[in-house]
This record gives sequence, C-alpha cells and structure tokens, in this order.
Amino acid sequence: MGSNLVLPEFEPIFGILVVKIEEMISAEIKNKYELVVGLEVHAQLLTQSKMYTADSTEFGNLPNTQISVITLGHPGTLPKVNRKAVEYAIKMGLACNSNITRTNIFARKNYFYPDLPKGYQITQDKGPICVGGEVPITLPDGTQKSIALTRIHMEEDAGKSMHLAGEVDTLVDFNRAGVPLIEIVSEPDIRSSDEAYAYLVEIKKLVRYLEICDGNMEEGSLRCDANISVRLRGAKEYGKKVEVKNMNSFRNVSRAIEHEFERQIELIEAGIEIISETRTFDATTGTTSGMRTKEDLNDYRYFPEPDLSPVIVSEEWLASIQESMPALPRELYNKFIREYGLPEYDAGVLTDSKEIALYFEELCGLIHNYKAASNWMMGPVKSYLNELTLHISDFPISPRRLAELIELIDEGKVSFSAASQKIYPILLEDKVKTPLEIAQSQNLIQESNEESIKPLVESVLAENSAKVAEYRSGKKGLMGMFMGQVMKKSQGKADPKVATKILTELLEN
Amino acid sequence: MKIDLNTVKKIAHLARLEFDEEGAEKMMKDMTQILDWEEQLNEINTEGVEPLTTMSSEVNVLRADKMGEHLSHERALQNAPQKDSDYFRVPKVLE
Repeated sequence: MGSNLVLPEFEPIFGILVVKIEEMISAEIKNKYELVVGLEVHAQLLTQSKMYTADSTEFGNLPNTQISVITLGHPGTLPKVNRKAVEYAIKMGLACNSNITRTNIFARKNYFYPDLPKGYQITQDKGPICVGGEVPITLPDGTQKSIALTRIHMEEDAGKSMHLAGEVDTLVDFNRAGVPLIEIVSEPDIRSSDEAYAYLVEIKKLVRYLEICDGNMEEGSLRCDANISVRLRGAKEYGKKVEVKNMNSFRNVSRAIEHEFERQIELIEAGIEIISETRTFDATTGTTSGMRTKEDLNDYRYFPEPDLSPVIVSEEWLASIQESMPALPRELYNKFIREYGLPEYDAGVLTDSKEIALYFEELCGLIHNYKAASNWMMGPVKSYLNELTLHISDFPISPRRLAELIELIDEGKVSFSAASQKIYPILLEDKVKTPLEIAQSQNLIQESNEESIKPLVESVLAENSAKVAEYRSGKKGLMGMFMGQVMKKSQGKADPKVATKILTELLEN
Repeated sequence: MKIDLNTVKKIAHLARLEFDEEGAEKMMKDMTQILDWEEQLNEINTEGVEPLTTMSSEVNVLRADKMGEHLSHERALQNAPQKDSDYFRVPKVLE
C-alpha cells in the first residue's frame, strides 16, 4: 500500500493538501505504528518577585518597567534565589511523588538570543530539585494510567520579543525576563493524544490546587513542548524524535500530536528518514513546519553558576513544606468515592477545580446526604455559576445555608421542587433569611402529617369514583392523575411520599 | 590537548567572536597551551571527591519573596544601542 503513496516533494503547507495526504494513510497502516510522546511543561510560578531578583512579576504592565540591573545582566550584579520559588518547586515534586534533591546547585545555559539579556539562562542541569515521580491520569473511557516524570527543575523565563509585521526591528520587553519557572519533564510514556490531553489536565489541576501557577495556557503561564516519535508496534528502540513548539492550548497539543503521528508515518512509509528537528505548530492549519535552526547544533555549554551558592533543603524545611501541602485532587477524588460513596463521575466533576471541591467538602461536613449535596452542586449550583460565568468564590449561598436547604428536603419539610424552584432563587438574592424562614414566608412547608393529608386523598378518591374503579381493574397508570389531584388540593404542600403511601393504601383496599 | 582550527571556529561562533586567519591560528595555539597546562590536574587522583561548584562555603543565601525597586523606564533603556520609547530594538530575528 505504501508504494501507492504520492508524496509531494516539499512540505505540505496548505491545509487542503495535508487533508488529502492524511486521507491516504489507511487505518491499517496507522495501526502498524505506535505513537511515543514525552511532554515538557513550563509553569510560571505565582511569586510576587522574580526568581533571582526583586523585580515584580505582575503581568500586563507597560513594557520594560519591571526590570533591574540584575535582570538586564549589567556587569557586577549578583542574583539571589527567591525562597518561595524553591518551595513551590518542592511542592510540585511532593505532589508528584518525586525525590527531592537535598543539595541544589544552579547552572548556566549559554546561548545568545535577544530575549535573553545575560546571554545565559540560570537553570538547573545536574541534580534538578525534583527527580522522578509520576502523574496518574484518567482517560475519557475511565482507564487509569500513570505517566512517569524524569525531573522537575527550577529556572527563569526569558523576555518577550515581538516581530511585528511592517516593523524592521524586533522589539523586546524584558518584564518577563527572570520570572520563576518550573520545567516538568515527562518520560516518553504517552501513547495517544488523549493521554497527552489528560496529562496536561492533571498538571493544570495540580498546579492550581497547589496555588503555585494559575495554569492558564492561553496566557502562557503554562507552556508545553512535545517530543514526538513513532515506531512499529513491538519495536524496542524509539524512533527519531521531533520537538514541536508553539501550541497554546491543550486542544492544540492534541492536534499537533495527531498531525505529527500521521506525518511521520507518512514519511517512514515512503522510505524517507525522519530528521530530529524543532517544528512549530500552526493552529490555523493544524499542521507543523520545520523552524529555521538558529544554531547548527545546540551547544549550551552548561556549567555551575558561580554567582549562586548551593540551596540545601534540610529535613525541617522539607517537613514544613510537607505540612503546608493542601489536599490534592486525587486524594479528594478518592475520598469522595470511598467516604461519601459518590459515583466516579460526580467525584471527577467535583474535584475539577479546587474551590468547588473545598466548597463541597465544607458542605459535606454539615450534612450526611452526600449524594444530595453532590446533586445540588452539579445541578443548581453549577448551572447558576455557568449562566453568570461566576466563580464559586462569588457564589452568594454559603455552604451552611445550602446545607440547611438540603436538610429541609431530607426532613420532608419542603419538596425538592419547592426547594430548587422557589427557595433557591430567593436564597441567591436574600442573604439574611434562613431557608426555613423563606419556606415559611412563601407558604412552602410541606404537609407530611398523615392525619391532615388523608382527608384530602379521601375527597379526591370520592370525586373520581369512576377512575378509582378503572384503577382497581388494572389501569395503574392513573396513580399519577390521583397524585396530581392531591397535590392540587394541598396547594402543592403535601409531602409526595406520604401522599403516595396513603393513596396506595386506600386504592389497594 | 590539541585544539584544531574547526574547534576554534565553533567556539568563536558560539561566543559570537570573529577572528581572521592569523587571529584564529594564534587563538588555536593559546587555547592548546592553556588546556595543556590545565591537564596537569589530571595527575591528581580525584576518586570519591565531589566536584567543586562554588568557591564559597556559604549555602542557602535566599531572598524572601518581596518586590523591590525597579529601574526607571528611561534608565533601563538608557544603554541600549537601539530603542524607542517603550522597547529595546534589535535586528529582526524572524523573517
């Protein structure tokens, strides 16, 4: 089949051409190959000041207003390590079960590029702060897998260069230069674009739970490069890898991987050797193209940074960081399933964001009907937040008040529909009245006293003697009609459970 | 250790230095001489000795995460060979 392939002499640049080529690879051929991906994720740490200087890290200010002589690499200036950045890197390592390196040294990575004012980046080479570890992921079909980490190291960000159309020069803003980063390097354990996506979702969740990075990929506070190769299924050796950059969303990482998988198979099938190179992803076409290499060969000539003394992580320091670790998404997920008996789906939705998970935790500390609490969170609460695009921190009902409302239902004092359709909307507006007070003032307290419901049921049955006869001769579907009548007579206040019980008793006798 | 002309050229390129032929020859001899001299260190048995990464015995010289003073925008740009009111300007790096 491979011999039927007609490859263009040059790289496919236009989307149409690419689509045609992709159509040419049959599922059968694709199936012969295995995808191998490792991801490098850079996360910008949420510190006030930069990694090695006291410049502000705030985003979005006027260009070149957050820089110092240290950032600009002026002669005679000395960097000094930000303690919090080290702690944040350790937190990520602890969350991923990495080994924490006790004696840390920094290294210079030397290269010239206009966004790198010193001519070198201060990073870690040998002995990264976190070694090994893993990130468990859950795939859309529920399969669980663990992606091993190679390392997490600390480094500094570069400045931002702008190449504007019609502008002869490149413009450089150094506000970002020196902002602390951690680079999370995975082993080549990822075997599909779905796995890559799930891994990134997990990394984002982790950094957000730890509050060390805002996890925003569109704004660049989380960045991802992908090392992608293919090999025949069952092969022991990895294929030649291609590094893809410039993907600014989880979705685009998936797309780039899918595209590279097909492109590389295509080349191999046509007998063309894959070149190890850096390629850039184009979101409009969904394709990658080779970047002009700025160096024939990357030779960063790493050496130990002489301006920084070693950072030693003592037992005490490590223990204090360990103590400050928040509950992690996976811990809460497991707790929600094991302790609260929730379905996996609920646990997944509720731990998607830390704030929702913590709100739910608080709610569950107040009531014991956990499934009802979960239904309220995933139903009325989420739809209110989504509708107004609000964050849970802006949600007007405290866990305590929501718990009171759920209890009113559990105690049979109000019906679920009265609670969700009448009391809940008032609670969203009125921050003073309790759910019970609202139920009383709106006349929604449900009648669950058998003595008072029974006469209503009796009168409904008396008024509908013909239907009663039909019911007794087998038309059980009439139950709904009787219930409707009872509810109407009680002005919606009869407890449906009690009413059903009495109705059944009277009809069956 | 003999440094050849290609190595000189490669290192010069990485350091963004330019040598004419005569200069490169001289540099090649200098570098060879320096490395030969340094090779004397190989005579010492360093087995079990951790690599020295710093000359100072200080450790954990850390900063609290606090914002400090910035350079004023004007002073920050002052020494730039090319600039405008906002940015450092450099020759275009992407076509």
